[in-house]
Amino acid sequence: MSNPQQLRYSKEHEWLSALEDGVATIGITEYAANALGDVVYAQLPEVGDTVTAGETCGELESTKSVSDLYSPVTGEVTAANQDVVDDPSLVNSAPFEGGWLFKVRVAEEPADLLSADEYTAFSGN
Amino acid sequence: MSTAPRLTALDALHRSLGATMTDFAGWDMPLRYASERDEHNAVRTRAGLFDLSHMGEITVTGPEAAAFLSYALVGNIATVGNGRARYTMIVQEDGGIVDDLIVYRLGETEYMVVANAGNAQIVLDALTARVGGFDAEVRDDRDAYALLAVQGPESPAIMKAVTDADLDGLKYYAGLPGTVAGVPALIARTGYTGEDGFELFVAPEHAEQLWRALTDAGAPHGLIPCGLSCRDTLRLEAGMPLYGHELTTALTPFDAGLGRVVKFEKEGDFVGREALLAAAERAETAPPRKLVGLVAEGRRVPRAGFSVVADGKVIGEVTSGAPSPTLGKPIAMAYVDAAFAAPGTEGVGVDVRGTHEPYEVVALPFYKRQK
Repeated sequence: MSNPQQLRYSKEHEWLSALEDGVATIGITEYAANALGDVVYAQLPEVGDTVTAGETCGELESTKSVSDLYSPVTGEVTAANQDVVDDPSLVNSAPFEGGWLFKVRVAEEPADLLSADEYTAFSGN
Repeated sequence: MSTAPRLTALDALHRSLGATMTDFAGWDMPLRYASERDEHNAVRTRAGLFDLSHMGEITVTGPEAAAFLSYALVGNIATVGNGRARYTMIVQEDGGIVDDLIVYRLGETEYMVVANAGNAQIVLDALTARVGGFDAEVRDDRDAYALLAVQGPESPAIMKAVTDADLDGLKYYAGLPGTVAGVPALIARTGYTGEDGFELFVAPEHAEQLWRALTDAGAPHGLIPCGLSCRDTLRLEAGMPLYGHELTTALTPFDAGLGRVVKFEKEGDFVGREALLAAAERAETAPPRKLVGLVAEGRRVPRAGFSVVADGKVIGEVTSGAPSPTLGKPIAMAYVDAAFAAPGTEGVGVDVRGTHEPYEVVALPFYKRQK
Protein backbone atom coordinates (compact mmCIF):
# COMPACT_ATOMS: atom_id res chain seq x y z
CA MET A 1 0.00 0.00 0.00
CA SER A 2 1.22 3.52 -0.52
CA ASN A 3 0.50 6.63 1.46
CA PRO A 4 -0.20 9.62 -0.80
CA GLN A 5 2.69 12.10 -0.79
CA GLN A 6 0.49 15.21 -0.70
CA LEU A 7 -1.09 14.23 2.63
CA ARG A 8 0.23 14.58 6.16
CA TYR A 9 -0.32 12.01 8.86
CA SER A 10 -0.83 11.60 12.60
CA LYS A 11 0.49 8.82 14.80
CA GLU A 12 -3.14 7.84 15.46
CA HIS A 13 -3.27 6.89 11.74
CA GLU A 14 -5.33 9.82 10.47
CA TRP A 15 -4.44 11.66 7.31
CA LEU A 16 -4.88 15.35 6.65
CA SER A 17 -5.08 17.06 3.26
CA ALA A 18 -3.37 20.28 2.27
CA LEU A 19 -5.49 23.27 3.30
CA GLU A 20 -8.01 24.72 0.89
CA ASP A 21 -9.21 28.11 2.10
CA GLY A 22 -8.03 27.08 5.55
CA VAL A 23 -10.01 23.82 5.53
CA ALA A 24 -8.41 20.35 5.71
CA THR A 25 -10.04 17.06 4.78
CA ILE A 26 -9.41 14.24 7.28
CA GLY A 27 -9.64 10.47 7.07
CA ILE A 28 -7.97 7.34 8.35
CA THR A 29 -5.11 5.66 6.53
CA GLU A 30 -5.31 2.45 4.57
CA TYR A 31 -3.10 0.85 7.22
CA ALA A 32 -5.65 1.78 9.89
CA ALA A 33 -8.59 0.64 7.76
CA ASN A 34 -6.94 -2.73 7.20
CA ALA A 35 -6.21 -3.10 10.89
CA LEU A 36 -9.85 -2.38 11.76
CA GLY A 37 -11.34 -4.82 9.27
CA ASP A 38 -14.70 -4.13 7.66
CA VAL A 39 -16.05 -0.86 9.06
CA VAL A 40 -19.77 -1.19 9.74
CA TYR A 41 -20.61 1.98 11.62
CA ALA A 42 -19.15 5.47 11.63
CA GLN A 43 -20.02 8.10 14.18
CA LEU A 44 -18.55 11.34 12.88
CA PRO A 45 -18.36 14.79 14.46
CA GLU A 46 -21.13 17.16 13.40
CA VAL A 47 -20.82 20.34 11.42
CA GLY A 48 -20.14 23.17 13.86
CA ASP A 49 -18.45 20.95 16.44
CA THR A 50 -15.07 22.05 17.68
CA VAL A 51 -12.51 19.25 17.56
CA THR A 52 -9.17 19.25 19.34
CA ALA A 53 -5.95 17.74 18.08
CA GLY A 54 -5.30 14.38 19.68
CA GLU A 55 -8.75 14.11 21.25
CA THR A 56 -11.55 11.73 20.28
CA CYS A 57 -14.31 13.12 18.10
CA GLY A 58 -16.19 10.00 17.02
CA GLU A 59 -15.90 6.28 16.59
CA LEU A 60 -15.46 3.67 13.93
CA GLU A 61 -16.94 0.26 14.52
CA SER A 62 -15.82 -2.85 12.68
CA THR A 63 -16.88 -6.48 12.82
CA LYS A 64 -14.57 -7.22 15.70
CA SER A 65 -14.09 -3.98 17.57
CA VAL A 66 -14.84 -0.33 18.06
CA SER A 67 -12.12 2.32 17.78
CA ASP A 68 -12.09 5.94 18.78
CA LEU A 69 -11.68 8.46 16.02
CA TYR A 70 -9.16 11.20 16.77
CA SER A 71 -8.83 14.58 15.17
CA PRO A 72 -5.30 15.35 14.01
CA VAL A 73 -5.92 19.11 14.25
CA THR A 74 -7.87 21.67 16.26
CA GLY A 75 -10.67 23.64 14.64
CA GLU A 76 -14.30 23.77 13.62
CA VAL A 77 -15.94 20.97 11.66
CA THR A 78 -17.27 22.26 8.33
CA ALA A 79 -18.43 18.95 6.82
CA ALA A 80 -18.95 15.28 7.69
CA ASN A 81 -19.00 12.64 4.97
CA GLN A 82 -22.62 11.46 4.77
CA ASP A 83 -21.58 8.86 2.17
CA VAL A 84 -19.49 7.12 4.83
CA VAL A 85 -22.31 7.28 7.37
CA ASP A 86 -24.57 5.63 4.79
CA ASP A 87 -21.96 3.16 3.56
CA PRO A 88 -19.12 2.73 6.08
CA SER A 89 -17.36 0.23 3.80
CA LEU A 90 -16.05 3.24 1.85
CA VAL A 91 -13.49 3.59 4.65
CA ASN A 92 -12.08 0.22 3.59
CA SER A 93 -12.47 0.52 -0.16
CA ALA A 94 -11.24 4.10 -0.60
CA PRO A 95 -9.67 5.33 2.64
CA PHE A 96 -7.77 8.20 0.98
CA GLU A 97 -10.57 9.27 -1.35
CA GLY A 98 -14.32 8.61 -1.10
CA GLY A 99 -13.83 7.29 2.44
CA TRP A 100 -12.77 10.67 3.88
CA LEU A 101 -14.48 11.38 7.20
CA PHE A 102 -14.75 15.09 8.00
CA LYS A 103 -13.42 18.57 7.19
CA VAL A 104 -12.05 21.05 9.66
CA ARG A 105 -11.34 24.80 9.44
CA VAL A 106 -7.93 24.51 11.05
CA ALA A 107 -7.30 26.82 13.98
CA GLU A 108 -4.20 25.05 15.18
CA GLU A 109 -2.19 22.05 14.15
CA PRO A 110 0.34 20.14 16.16
CA ALA A 111 4.00 20.32 15.18
CA ASP A 112 4.45 16.56 15.04
CA LEU A 113 2.38 15.67 11.94
CA LEU A 114 4.27 13.27 9.71
CA SER A 115 5.11 13.34 6.03
CA ALA A 116 4.09 10.37 3.89
CA ASP A 117 7.58 8.91 4.10
CA GLU A 118 7.76 9.44 7.85
CA TYR A 119 4.34 7.83 8.31
CA THR A 120 5.30 4.88 6.13
CA ALA A 121 8.36 4.34 8.32
CA PHE A 122 6.27 4.82 11.49
CA SER A 123 3.52 2.36 10.53
CA GLY A 124 5.82 -0.07 8.76
CA ASN A 125 3.53 0.14 5.73
CA MET B 1 4.17 -22.11 30.59
CA SER B 2 5.39 -21.16 27.19
CA THR B 3 3.68 -18.16 25.67
CA ALA B 4 4.83 -18.85 22.11
CA PRO B 5 1.70 -19.38 20.04
CA ARG B 6 1.13 -22.78 18.46
CA LEU B 7 1.18 -22.88 14.69
CA THR B 8 -0.96 -25.07 12.46
CA ALA B 9 0.51 -27.09 9.61
CA LEU B 10 -0.83 -24.41 7.26
CA ASP B 11 0.81 -21.45 8.98
CA ALA B 12 3.21 -20.55 6.16
CA LEU B 13 0.43 -20.92 3.61
CA HIS B 14 -1.83 -18.52 5.53
CA ARG B 15 0.93 -15.94 5.68
CA SER B 16 1.63 -16.32 1.96
CA LEU B 17 -2.08 -15.61 1.38
CA GLY B 18 -1.76 -12.38 3.36
CA ALA B 19 -3.91 -13.51 6.28
CA THR B 20 -4.32 -11.28 9.29
CA MET B 21 -3.45 -13.64 12.13
CA THR B 22 -4.82 -13.61 15.66
CA ASP B 23 -4.15 -15.42 18.89
CA PHE B 24 -6.96 -17.83 19.62
CA ALA B 25 -6.69 -20.11 22.64
CA GLY B 26 -2.91 -20.11 22.36
CA TRP B 27 -2.90 -20.74 18.62
CA ASP B 28 -1.90 -18.33 15.90
CA MET B 29 -4.91 -18.56 13.58
CA PRO B 30 -6.14 -16.72 10.49
CA LEU B 31 -8.62 -14.02 11.52
CA ARG B 32 -9.36 -13.02 7.93
CA TYR B 33 -7.63 -13.01 4.57
CA ALA B 34 -9.25 -9.92 3.11
CA SER B 35 -12.77 -8.71 3.95
CA GLU B 36 -14.48 -10.77 6.65
CA ARG B 37 -17.85 -9.71 5.24
CA ASP B 38 -16.91 -11.12 1.81
CA GLU B 39 -15.76 -14.33 3.52
CA HIS B 40 -19.04 -14.55 5.44
CA ASN B 41 -21.10 -14.04 2.30
CA ALA B 42 -19.02 -16.58 0.37
CA VAL B 43 -19.98 -19.27 2.91
CA ARG B 44 -23.66 -18.27 2.83
CA THR B 45 -23.89 -18.21 -0.97
CA ARG B 46 -20.98 -20.27 -2.37
CA ALA B 47 -18.24 -21.86 -0.26
CA GLY B 48 -15.43 -21.09 2.15
CA LEU B 49 -12.33 -22.99 3.23
CA PHE B 50 -11.23 -22.91 6.87
CA ASP B 51 -8.22 -24.13 8.81
CA LEU B 52 -9.59 -25.37 12.15
CA SER B 53 -6.53 -27.31 13.23
CA HIS B 54 -6.67 -25.72 16.67
CA MET B 55 -9.61 -27.95 17.60
CA GLY B 56 -8.66 -30.71 20.07
CA GLU B 57 -9.06 -34.35 19.09
CA ILE B 58 -9.19 -37.04 21.75
CA THR B 59 -9.55 -40.69 20.78
CA VAL B 60 -11.36 -43.16 23.03
CA THR B 61 -11.04 -46.87 22.31
CA GLY B 62 -11.84 -50.14 24.00
CA PRO B 63 -14.68 -52.58 24.64
CA GLU B 64 -16.31 -50.20 27.10
CA ALA B 65 -15.62 -46.99 25.16
CA ALA B 66 -19.32 -46.29 24.60
CA ALA B 67 -20.30 -47.02 28.20
CA PHE B 68 -17.45 -44.82 29.41
CA LEU B 69 -18.44 -41.88 27.20
CA SER B 70 -22.07 -42.21 28.27
CA TYR B 71 -20.84 -41.96 31.87
CA ALA B 72 -18.38 -39.11 31.26
CA LEU B 73 -20.64 -36.99 29.01
CA VAL B 74 -24.28 -35.91 29.24
CA GLY B 75 -25.38 -37.58 25.99
CA ASN B 76 -26.30 -41.19 25.32
CA ILE B 77 -23.22 -42.14 23.32
CA ALA B 78 -24.22 -45.81 23.31
CA THR B 79 -26.92 -44.97 20.75
CA VAL B 80 -24.55 -43.30 18.29
CA GLY B 81 -24.34 -45.55 15.22
CA ASN B 82 -21.10 -46.45 13.54
CA GLY B 83 -20.14 -43.61 11.20
CA ARG B 84 -22.39 -41.12 12.95
CA ALA B 85 -21.65 -38.07 15.11
CA ARG B 86 -23.35 -36.48 18.10
CA TYR B 87 -23.29 -32.95 19.55
CA THR B 88 -22.93 -33.27 23.31
CA MET B 89 -21.40 -31.71 26.41
CA ILE B 90 -19.15 -32.57 29.31
CA VAL B 91 -20.14 -31.10 32.69
CA GLN B 92 -18.74 -30.87 36.19
CA GLU B 93 -20.33 -32.73 39.12
CA ASP B 94 -22.28 -29.51 39.82
CA GLY B 95 -23.65 -29.52 36.27
CA GLY B 96 -21.53 -26.60 35.06
CA ILE B 97 -20.53 -26.90 31.42
CA VAL B 98 -16.87 -27.83 30.91
CA ASP B 99 -17.14 -27.82 27.12
CA ASP B 100 -19.42 -28.63 24.21
CA LEU B 101 -18.17 -31.46 22.03
CA ILE B 102 -18.77 -33.48 18.93
CA VAL B 103 -18.28 -37.22 19.34
CA TYR B 104 -17.66 -39.21 16.16
CA ARG B 105 -18.04 -42.96 16.20
CA LEU B 106 -15.20 -44.18 14.02
CA GLY B 107 -15.61 -47.92 14.58
CA GLU B 108 -17.22 -50.60 16.68
CA THR B 109 -15.16 -49.61 19.74
CA GLU B 110 -13.50 -46.36 18.62
CA TYR B 111 -14.66 -42.78 19.12
CA MET B 112 -13.15 -39.38 18.47
CA VAL B 113 -14.09 -36.55 20.80
CA VAL B 114 -13.52 -33.05 19.38
CA ALA B 115 -13.17 -30.32 21.97
CA ASN B 116 -12.73 -26.57 21.68
CA ALA B 117 -9.09 -25.51 21.46
CA GLY B 118 -9.21 -23.57 24.72
CA ASN B 119 -10.70 -26.51 26.61
CA ALA B 120 -8.92 -29.46 25.00
CA GLN B 121 -6.51 -30.01 27.89
CA ILE B 122 -9.28 -29.68 30.48
CA VAL B 123 -11.47 -32.14 28.60
CA LEU B 124 -8.57 -34.54 28.18
CA ASP B 125 -7.81 -34.34 31.90
CA ALA B 126 -11.47 -34.85 32.82
CA LEU B 127 -11.87 -37.86 30.53
CA THR B 128 -8.62 -39.34 31.83
CA ALA B 129 -9.84 -38.87 35.40
CA ARG B 130 -13.23 -40.43 34.64
CA VAL B 131 -12.04 -43.48 32.68
CA GLY B 132 -10.95 -45.43 35.78
CA GLY B 133 -13.01 -48.61 36.15
CA PHE B 134 -13.87 -48.79 32.43
CA ASP B 135 -12.16 -51.05 29.93
CA ALA B 136 -11.34 -48.11 27.68
CA GLU B 137 -8.37 -45.95 26.79
CA VAL B 138 -8.22 -42.16 26.37
CA ARG B 139 -5.60 -40.91 23.92
CA ASP B 140 -4.46 -37.35 23.24
CA ASP B 141 -4.58 -37.02 19.44
CA ARG B 142 -4.34 -33.24 19.19
CA ASP B 143 -1.11 -33.45 17.23
CA ALA B 144 -2.32 -36.30 15.03
CA TYR B 145 -4.76 -34.21 13.03
CA ALA B 146 -5.04 -31.08 11.01
CA LEU B 147 -8.67 -30.04 10.43
CA LEU B 148 -9.90 -28.32 7.29
CA ALA B 149 -13.52 -27.36 6.70
CA VAL B 150 -15.33 -26.69 3.44
CA GLN B 151 -18.57 -24.92 4.22
CA GLY B 152 -21.33 -23.49 2.08
CA PRO B 153 -23.94 -24.57 -0.46
CA GLU B 154 -21.31 -25.34 -3.11
CA SER B 155 -19.31 -27.58 -0.78
CA PRO B 156 -20.81 -30.91 -1.99
CA ALA B 157 -19.95 -30.08 -5.60
CA ILE B 158 -16.43 -29.06 -4.62
CA MET B 159 -15.90 -32.20 -2.55
CA LYS B 160 -17.13 -34.42 -5.39
CA ALA B 161 -14.32 -33.06 -7.53
CA VAL B 162 -11.69 -34.31 -5.08
CA THR B 163 -13.10 -37.53 -3.65
CA ASP B 164 -14.85 -40.69 -4.73
CA ALA B 165 -16.36 -41.15 -1.29
CA ASP B 166 -20.14 -41.59 -1.15
CA LEU B 167 -21.05 -38.05 -0.19
CA ASP B 168 -24.73 -38.45 -1.06
CA GLY B 169 -24.88 -41.23 1.51
CA LEU B 170 -23.11 -39.06 4.07
CA LYS B 171 -25.84 -37.38 6.06
CA TYR B 172 -25.59 -34.35 8.33
CA TYR B 173 -23.71 -35.37 11.50
CA ALA B 174 -22.13 -38.41 9.92
CA GLY B 175 -18.50 -39.23 9.20
CA LEU B 176 -16.67 -41.79 7.13
CA PRO B 177 -13.05 -42.56 6.35
CA GLY B 178 -12.05 -41.92 2.76
CA THR B 179 -9.51 -40.44 0.43
CA VAL B 180 -9.71 -36.76 -0.48
CA ALA B 181 -7.31 -35.28 -3.03
CA GLY B 182 -5.15 -38.34 -2.65
CA VAL B 183 -4.78 -38.17 1.11
CA PRO B 184 -6.50 -40.29 3.76
CA ALA B 185 -9.13 -38.32 5.63
CA LEU B 186 -12.00 -38.66 8.02
CA ILE B 187 -14.79 -36.93 6.11
CA ALA B 188 -17.46 -35.52 8.41
CA ARG B 189 -20.60 -33.68 7.39
CA THR B 190 -20.47 -31.22 10.25
CA GLY B 191 -19.73 -27.55 10.70
CA TYR B 192 -20.31 -24.42 12.68
CA THR B 193 -21.66 -22.07 10.06
CA GLY B 194 -25.33 -22.95 9.60
CA GLU B 195 -24.59 -24.19 6.07
CA ASP B 196 -24.07 -27.59 4.54
CA GLY B 197 -20.43 -28.52 4.68
CA PHE B 198 -17.65 -30.92 5.46
CA GLU B 199 -14.93 -31.16 8.04
CA LEU B 200 -11.84 -33.10 7.01
CA PHE B 201 -9.51 -34.57 9.62
CA VAL B 202 -6.15 -35.41 8.06
CA ALA B 203 -2.56 -35.96 9.10
CA PRO B 204 -0.82 -32.57 9.46
CA GLU B 205 1.71 -33.45 6.76
CA HIS B 206 -1.17 -33.80 4.29
CA ALA B 207 -2.89 -30.54 5.18
CA GLU B 208 -1.21 -28.35 2.60
CA GLN B 209 -1.81 -30.77 -0.29
CA LEU B 210 -5.48 -30.97 0.70
CA TRP B 211 -5.82 -27.19 1.10
CA ARG B 212 -4.35 -26.56 -2.36
CA ALA B 213 -6.55 -29.21 -4.00
CA LEU B 214 -9.68 -27.77 -2.38
CA THR B 215 -8.67 -24.26 -3.39
CA ASP B 216 -8.26 -25.39 -7.00
CA ALA B 217 -11.45 -27.46 -7.06
CA GLY B 218 -13.35 -24.67 -5.34
CA ALA B 219 -12.22 -21.78 -7.49
CA PRO B 220 -14.86 -22.30 -10.22
CA HIS B 221 -17.49 -22.45 -7.46
CA GLY B 222 -16.40 -19.21 -5.83
CA LEU B 223 -14.69 -20.79 -2.82
CA ILE B 224 -12.36 -18.47 -0.91
CA PRO B 225 -10.22 -18.97 2.21
CA CYS B 226 -12.04 -17.87 5.36
CA GLY B 227 -10.83 -16.85 8.80
CA LEU B 228 -12.15 -17.12 12.33
CA SER B 229 -13.78 -13.69 12.18
CA CYS B 230 -16.42 -14.82 9.71
CA ARG B 231 -16.70 -18.19 11.44
CA ASP B 232 -17.86 -16.24 14.49
CA THR B 233 -20.49 -14.21 12.63
CA LEU B 234 -21.66 -17.31 10.75
CA ARG B 235 -22.21 -19.31 13.93
CA LEU B 236 -23.80 -16.31 15.65
CA GLU B 237 -26.36 -15.90 12.85
CA ALA B 238 -27.03 -19.63 13.09
CA GLY B 239 -27.65 -19.26 16.83
CA MET B 240 -24.87 -21.66 17.75
CA PRO B 241 -23.31 -21.20 21.18
CA LEU B 242 -19.61 -20.53 21.67
CA TYR B 243 -17.80 -21.74 24.76
CA GLY B 244 -16.70 -18.86 26.96
CA HIS B 245 -19.62 -16.78 25.70
CA GLU B 246 -22.96 -18.62 25.82
CA LEU B 247 -21.48 -21.62 27.63
CA THR B 248 -19.44 -21.47 30.85
CA THR B 249 -18.86 -23.53 33.98
CA ALA B 250 -21.32 -21.19 35.75
CA LEU B 251 -24.14 -22.48 33.53
CA THR B 252 -25.73 -25.91 33.07
CA PRO B 253 -26.94 -27.10 29.66
CA PHE B 254 -30.49 -26.28 30.84
CA ASP B 255 -29.51 -22.70 31.69
CA ALA B 256 -28.15 -22.39 28.16
CA GLY B 257 -31.41 -23.64 26.64
CA LEU B 258 -29.66 -26.82 25.52
CA GLY B 259 -31.19 -29.26 27.99
CA ARG B 260 -32.08 -31.53 25.08
CA VAL B 261 -28.47 -32.75 24.97
CA VAL B 262 -28.84 -34.24 28.47
CA LYS B 263 -30.18 -37.79 28.33
CA PHE B 264 -31.45 -38.82 31.77
CA GLU B 265 -33.03 -41.94 30.32
CA LYS B 266 -29.71 -43.50 29.36
CA GLU B 267 -28.42 -46.60 31.06
CA GLY B 268 -26.24 -46.09 34.10
CA ASP B 269 -25.13 -43.06 36.08
CA PHE B 270 -23.28 -40.12 34.57
CA VAL B 271 -21.22 -37.27 35.88
CA GLY B 272 -23.45 -34.36 36.87
CA ARG B 273 -26.72 -36.33 36.87
CA GLU B 274 -28.02 -35.19 40.28
CA ALA B 275 -27.19 -31.55 39.70
CA LEU B 276 -28.69 -31.61 36.22
CA LEU B 277 -31.96 -33.10 37.47
CA ALA B 278 -32.26 -30.09 39.76
CA ALA B 279 -31.22 -27.74 36.95
CA ALA B 280 -33.89 -29.21 34.65
CA GLU B 281 -36.54 -28.65 37.32
CA ARG B 282 -35.35 -25.07 37.90
CA ALA B 283 -35.35 -24.29 34.17
CA GLU B 284 -38.93 -25.53 33.97
CA THR B 285 -40.36 -23.75 37.01
CA ALA B 286 -38.17 -20.75 37.79
CA PRO B 287 -35.63 -20.02 35.07
CA PRO B 288 -33.18 -17.33 36.17
CA ARG B 289 -32.29 -16.03 32.75
CA LYS B 290 -32.91 -17.21 29.22
CA LEU B 291 -30.78 -17.07 26.11
CA VAL B 292 -32.41 -14.88 23.46
CA GLY B 293 -31.57 -13.19 20.22
CA LEU B 294 -31.43 -9.41 19.92
CA VAL B 295 -31.65 -7.48 16.66
CA ALA B 296 -30.62 -3.84 16.63
CA GLU B 297 -32.91 -1.14 15.38
CA GLY B 298 -29.90 1.14 15.00
CA ARG B 299 -26.41 0.48 13.73
CA ARG B 300 -24.30 0.37 16.88
CA VAL B 301 -22.94 -3.06 17.61
CA PRO B 302 -23.46 -4.83 20.93
CA ARG B 303 -20.44 -6.66 22.29
CA ALA B 304 -19.96 -9.46 24.81
CA GLY B 305 -20.35 -8.10 28.34
CA PHE B 306 -22.60 -5.16 27.46
CA SER B 307 -25.66 -4.80 29.69
CA VAL B 308 -29.16 -5.46 28.41
CA VAL B 309 -31.51 -2.86 29.89
CA ALA B 310 -35.23 -2.20 30.26
CA ASP B 311 -36.96 0.55 32.23
CA GLY B 312 -33.54 1.85 33.21
CA LYS B 313 -32.62 -1.44 34.90
CA VAL B 314 -30.09 -4.07 33.91
CA ILE B 315 -32.04 -7.18 32.92
CA GLY B 316 -29.36 -9.19 31.19
CA GLU B 317 -26.00 -9.39 29.52
CA VAL B 318 -24.82 -9.75 25.94
CA THR B 319 -22.73 -12.89 25.40
CA SER B 320 -21.91 -12.45 21.70
CA GLY B 321 -22.57 -9.59 19.34
CA ALA B 322 -21.60 -8.58 15.83
CA PRO B 323 -22.82 -6.84 12.74
CA SER B 324 -24.75 -9.50 10.82
CA PRO B 325 -23.82 -9.50 7.14
CA THR B 326 -26.92 -11.53 6.26
CA LEU B 327 -29.43 -9.37 8.16
CA GLY B 328 -27.55 -6.14 7.54
CA LYS B 329 -28.02 -5.19 11.18
CA PRO B 330 -26.15 -5.71 14.44
CA ILE B 331 -27.27 -8.86 16.27
CA ALA B 332 -26.50 -10.40 19.63
CA MET B 333 -27.14 -13.35 21.83
CA ALA B 334 -27.86 -12.42 25.43
CA TYR B 335 -29.03 -13.92 28.68
CA VAL B 336 -32.02 -11.90 29.91
CA ASP B 337 -34.41 -12.20 32.85
CA ALA B 338 -37.19 -14.61 31.95
CA ALA B 339 -39.79 -11.82 32.06
CA PHE B 340 -38.10 -10.16 29.09
CA ALA B 341 -37.30 -13.29 27.08
CA ALA B 342 -40.44 -13.56 24.96
CA PRO B 343 -39.92 -12.59 21.30
CA GLY B 344 -41.33 -9.14 20.68
CA THR B 345 -40.90 -7.94 24.28
CA GLU B 346 -41.11 -4.15 24.19
CA GLY B 347 -38.66 -1.68 25.62
CA VAL B 348 -35.49 -3.75 25.62
CA GLY B 349 -32.19 -2.08 24.85
CA VAL B 350 -28.46 -2.57 25.08
CA ASP B 351 -26.19 -0.16 26.89
CA VAL B 352 -23.63 0.72 24.20
CA ARG B 353 -21.04 2.84 25.96
CA GLY B 354 -23.65 4.77 27.94
CA THR B 355 -26.35 5.02 25.30
CA HIS B 356 -29.39 2.74 25.50
CA GLU B 357 -29.81 1.48 21.96
CA PRO B 358 -33.18 -0.15 21.19
CA TYR B 359 -33.19 -3.84 20.36
CA GLU B 360 -35.85 -6.31 19.34
CA VAL B 361 -36.03 -9.61 21.23
CA VAL B 362 -36.23 -12.51 18.76
CA ALA B 363 -36.17 -16.28 18.88
CA LEU B 364 -32.93 -17.99 17.86
CA PRO B 365 -31.54 -18.64 15.32
CA PHE B 366 -31.29 -15.44 13.32
CA TYR B 367 -30.63 -17.40 10.16
CA LYS B 368 -31.72 -20.82 8.96
CA ARG B 369 -30.69 -22.18 5.60
CA GLN B 370 -33.25 -23.39 3.08
CA LYS B 371 -32.99 -27.16 2.73
